[in-house]
Amino acid sequence: MKRHIILRVAAKALIPLIILLAFYVQFHGDYGPGGGFQAGVILAAAVVLYALIFGLDAARAAVPERSVRFFLSFGVLLYAGVGIATLLKGGVYLDYNVLDSHGDAVHGQHLGILLVEAGVGITVTAAMLTIFYAFADRAHVAMREREEAEEGGQ
Amino acid sequence: MIEVVIVVLMAFLVGLAIAVERNKDLFAATMLMGIFSLLSAGWFDLMDAVDVAFTEAAVGAGISTVLMLSTLALVDRTVETVPKRRPVIGAVVVLITGAALFYATLDMPGYGVHDAPIHLRTAPEMIADAVPRADSGEPLAVEIPNLVTTVLASYRGYDTLGETTVIFTGATAVLMILGSRRRRRRKPAPGARKPEQAEVAK
Repeated sequence: MKRHIILRVAAKALIPLIILLAFYVQFHGDYGPGGGFQAGVILAAAVVLYALIFGLDAARAAVPERSVRFFLSFGVLLYAGVGIATLLKGGVYLDYNVLDSHGDAVHGQHLGILLVEAGVGITVTAAMLTIFYAFADRAHVAMREREEAEEGGQ
Repeated sequence: MIEVVIVVLMAFLVGLAIAVERNKDLFAATMLMGIFSLLSAGWFDLMDAVDVAFTEAAVGAGISTVLMLSTLALVDRTVETVPKRRPVIGAVVVLITGAALFYATLDMPGYGVHDAPIHLRTAPEMIADAVPRADSGEPLAVEIPNLVTTVLASYRGYDTLGETTVIFTGATAVLMILGSRRRRRRKPAPGARKPEQAEVAK
């Protein structure tokens, strides 16, 4: 794909917009359609597009696999951690009413929903990227081996 | 008018499903499945399920297609032709199950019927919790306009935590099966290819 200049220029223009859309969907999920699941997938799609156009190695340099694995578990822990926080504040598990320090139940709900949606978004992004990296890496290795085998055969 | 659009969309979906099933070229089948997802997203949108439509468009038409394409890069593009048989028992089982499912739908409330059970019990309370009312000065419980977000993240917080854990588990499983990258990264010495690698390359 490295020689397709139209694809490269179009992708360069599109990727920031896709990431912006992902954050809009994430944080506007309280008011319009969307939320963590959709935002996570859109954010992952931006990285996948980057990998398709600029190569897997470039995508790995931009979004390292190690950090993807960290965020994969971080999202779930953030979600479960909100539940622990509500327990410590004297409520039941995932009862956001107690989260606000001034005892404002509605504000506590907003805070709780914001945090758990962030957790969902982070885990979904990381999960999609983990799966994509795993498959693309296999294809990468298989293709290289096939080329080597063909070169060896000639 | 909207019924016509829905019927046409459904006809397209049925046609696409048959085309995917009959197609011997896996690349074409993958692309057709992407179109199937996009059309279902449009259909969900017509049924006013905007959040579901959004998810279907992003996951079904977007990420799934890319994942299937990256799988296709690993396997052959065409399917082997299976010798033709006439599985009578299978057809009978499928027909009976299908008939039972159709029979079950007769008990469901119609689309948009105002006295369906869901509109009588839970939904009014949730709407009262979320949407500000001008007449009463009562405080609202959640006050978030998108009811889907409220239900997903607050009323059914346990469910969503479980779903997130499922996604985490799925990605971990893929990592355990496919993610052993460091071992394969080293170039094998010429002529010393392990048999398992040859298997993978196929």
